[in-house]
Amino acid sequence: MVDTTYIFLQHYWWFIISLLGALLVFLLFVQGGQTLIYTLGKTELERTMLINALGRKWEFTFTTLVTFGGAFFASFPLFYSTSFGGAYWVWMAILFCFIVQAISYEFRSKPNNFLGQRTYEVFLYINGLLGTILFGTAVATFFTGSMFSVDKMNLTDVNNPVISSWETPWHGLEAALNLHNLALGLAVFFLARTLAILYFMNHVNHNAIFERAKKHLLYNALPFVVLFLVFVIWLMLRDGFAVNPSDGTVFMEKYKYLHNLIQMPVILIVFLVGVLLVLWGIAKSLISNYTKGIWFTGVGTVLAVLALFLIAGWNNTAYYPSTFNLQHSLTIFNSSSSKFTLTVMSFVSLLIPFVVAYIWYAWKSINVKQIDEYEMSSESHVY
Amino acid sequence: MEHFDLSLVNWSRAQFALTAMYHWVFVPLTLGLAFIIAFMETLYVKTGDEEWKRITKFWMTLFGINFAIGVATGIILEFEFGTNWSNYSWFVGDIFGAPLAIEGIMAFFMESTFIAVMFFGWNKVSKKFHLVSTWLVAVGANLSALWILVANGWMQYPAGMYFNPDTARNEMHNFWEVLFSPVAINKFLHTITSGYVLAAIFVIGVSAWYMLKGRNILLAKRSIIVAAVFGLVTSIFLALTGDGSAYQVAQKQPMKLAAMEGLYEGQEGAPLIVVGALTPGKQFDDDMDPYIFRIQIPKMLSFLGYRSGDAFVPGVKDLVEGGYTYVDKNGVEKVALSAEQKIERGKIAIKALADYTAAKDANDTVAVAYNRALLNDNFEYFGYGYLNNPKSIIPNVPLTFYSFHIMVALGFLFIGFFMLILYLVYFRQFKINKWILRLSILMIPLAYIASQTGWIVAEVGRQPWVIQDILPTVAAVSRIDSSAVQITFFLFFTIFTALLIAELRIMFKQIKIGSKEGDK
Ligand code: HDD
Ligand code: HEM
Ligand code: HEM
Repeated sequence: MVDTTYIFLQHYWWFIISLLGALLVFLLFVQGGQTLIYTLGKTELERTMLINALGRKWEFTFTTLVTFGGAFFASFPLFYSTSFGGAYWVWMAILFCFIVQAISYEFRSKPNNFLGQRTYEVFLYINGLLGTILFGTAVATFFTGSMFSVDKMNLTDVNNPVISSWETPWHGLEAALNLHNLALGLAVFFLARTLAILYFMNHVNHNAIFERAKKHLLYNALPFVVLFLVFVIWLMLRDGFAVNPSDGTVFMEKYKYLHNLIQMPVILIVFLVGVLLVLWGIAKSLISNYTKGIWFTGVGTVLAVLALFLIAGWNNTAYYPSTFNLQHSLTIFNSSSSKFTLTVMSFVSLLIPFVVAYIWYAWKSINVKQIDEYEMSSESHVY
Repeated sequence: MEHFDLSLVNWSRAQFALTAMYHWVFVPLTLGLAFIIAFMETLYVKTGDEEWKRITKFWMTLFGINFAIGVATGIILEFEFGTNWSNYSWFVGDIFGAPLAIEGIMAFFMESTFIAVMFFGWNKVSKKFHLVSTWLVAVGANLSALWILVANGWMQYPAGMYFNPDTARNEMHNFWEVLFSPVAINKFLHTITSGYVLAAIFVIGVSAWYMLKGRNILLAKRSIIVAAVFGLVTSIFLALTGDGSAYQVAQKQPMKLAAMEGLYEGQEGAPLIVVGALTPGKQFDDDMDPYIFRIQIPKMLSFLGYRSGDAFVPGVKDLVEGGYTYVDKNGVEKVALSAEQKIERGKIAIKALADYTAAKDANDTVAVAYNRALLNDNFEYFGYGYLNNPKSIIPNVPLTFYSFHIMVALGFLFIGFFMLILYLVYFRQFKINKWILRLSILMIPLAYIASQTGWIVAEVGRQPWVIQDILPTVAAVSRIDSSAVQITFFLFFTIFTALLIAELRIMFKQIKIGSKEGDK
């Protein structure tokens, strides 16, 4: 009684979630850039240029986060229920970081803005620093696990029907104390800054900024590469959470994630190509006056992160492991929506290429000019 | 109820209400202003008159300020379903998650993509493409509203789904029933039009201020014309869709209707209260007169609720005690159960689910079949099983009653207001006296009040249900400390209030500055 269509849909939706997650990590360059405004911009005008370069993109990152959440809810509601309701503090902290970001661009330079320009810049900084680190840390728990329990039959206890609970009082904050999680969190932070620098080099037409950016590229790319390697090597060596496909039991398997890469060679190739592109974009920008590094590093980021997400959920792996009780771990099979809902959503997902196409078109049509000093004085909507 | 952490439930409700109401401060203006701007830009492209471009750009600046904070308050709502209503997220996520995801894919991206063109594209893209982008922002904003309101409509009237005992949750079996449920359709139409009306009033109010100050007169006059026409048409439609909503409430949520009207004892040919005050402290089972005073239209409630002047409208007491006859959705005449009986049947359903699962684990096919049938027979009362006291099915009557009457009264006031303004514009050549200009400014806060009270009716009136009859609010919460929710409540309160103050100050300043290039 194996329903292969259902299994296919579950894999398909894990792929969509992974893709959205990967795009989100790439788009976090906006957040990374927000932590560099004072590092790279020494005059008011320079900072305005940097902020405007980011300000035309922040909505995409934000909307991708929102859609990532919505798609996760629709396709794997048990994750939504378990993780958000349990790791309450981490998610709340991430959300606060994004709330304060959303208004900062629009309000920063408007007269009579109540909190003052500096406050909005601090908001942007907080969003860039905590938003990236916490998000990376939260994603790392896909590999390291969390202390929660889930029992759907609690619903029949009329006095206490809650199906999932977090089994530590830290409600998610404990994830940040795990060094392996933190390695990913910090790697995401430095990656976001690296991407931001490459974006500025590409999109802001200003010599002093370009020179400073290039210098800081090294300072950010180096820690990123080191942290990323630490995370990946650690991941390849550690035990993983495997699922027995015949009865759904979860057990620990040595080198599970390494096995996943080897057993799914296409993903291995995607991962390696991604990593190479990331490094290539960085290296080329470091050694020459190259401005297109963002394209290589950006595409590489999407591919590498996509591969990481996929080895967390595919190949009979529990993507949200419970270290409290292994058998409570979430897999793409036991946490997904019904076959019907996944089918409906799959039809909706056919819109995605169309959405990407118009985003691309609109993006290109307003990016025809680089940001420069003239632009800042002639444009009517300036942040 | 002793095991439910009531303080947790109440703080979670308070937090959701707080954040939703803040979101709703900003959203209606976005919904309506987007269209008004699109009309104005269309006029610019059609006539080539630069003044229309200046007008468009002025309102666009205000739109941008409002939009940013609408987005900031929206994200938290989406994630709160997980953080604070995690049980709910599993129990109905299979149905509820889909519209949320579609909203992200279809609507939010459309909005945020073309908003960038709208703000930054003036010198970079063709006039036509810019105009199309502005229209797409409006369409995108309204599509956002569509999907979230479909989700909300489904919570008020769960359609297109069945309960799957193997996964212990509700699953979708008909997407179109969810999307085209009459509740969802009415809710969508009524809610977006309420945004149009609010935006029209906003534009008229701000323009009236310019006229009072004697500046930006051309901008003010032209804006008033666009807004007043838009406002009159939409406000009439608003009243019609409001009636449509009330009709749906009568059919699907009779307790909410009883609360909206303060109707304790049901009757045939029930009157509609136009203005009234409720007796404080009235309980459903005492003999107090529910009203201190009232002005009413005889038989009107029966007519509006059931499209027949003599229809029986059950009151709060009838709904708790049962025993009256009604016609169910299949057209069969039935005697209503009392709340107590419904609670009993709910408990049977919940126990059947437990026994079904146990039987399945024990491979006892007879018990599996028996309990499955038992569950099916009683599922329509499933949510009642979590309640213990028949009285707990009664929402807060005064809050619902007064909110409803304020909203409706304001709705008719707005229709009159738009007529008055159009009359003055067309028959008195804009000779609007000072008092009317001042009144126009005063209309702005009234529009916001109408809009908020509308949601209070919809959401408070459906308590104790998150999903009508299937999941009560008490059973929907996450298991966290109520102190944690308290802390986040105050954090949200502080931060949103600070942001609101900032947005108001910026908005007022921008209005004072007026259109950049100024006009005659
Ligand atoms: C400018 C705001 C505004 C105005 C003037 C009105 N409404 Fe409204 N009303 C709303 C804004 C609103 C709303 C905020 O959009 C609500 C909240 C939930 C919903 O579906 O729409 C709402 C809800 C709502 C409901 C509850 C629906 C439910 O519980 O599902 C009813 C019965 C009405 N309205 C009826 C009316 C009538 C008969 C009006 C007379 C003209 C009216 N409204 C004017
Ligand atoms: C933005 C407009 C909205 C406003 C102003 C609003 C207002 C409120 C209010 C006042 C409450 C508290 C009711 C009470 O606890 O007594 C509430 C609760 C709630 N509303 Fe809304 N609401 C809005 C939209 C929505 C939508 C679109 C949904 C779902 C799609 C929704 C889902 C809920 C839920 C889950 C609760 C919490 C449980 C409860 O207390 O009922 N709301 N809302
Ligand atoms: C509980 C219910 C709600 C949730 C979960 C929710 C969620 C969100 C989110 C996440 C955003 C930010 C989107 C972005 O990134 O651009 C947003 C903005 C928006 N929402 Fe809501 N929303 C709710 C209620 C409503 C209602 C009732 C309406 C309209 C009837 C509405 C209409 C909009 C619109 C038009 C925007 C665009 C931004 C703005 O208007 O300022 N939302 N919402």
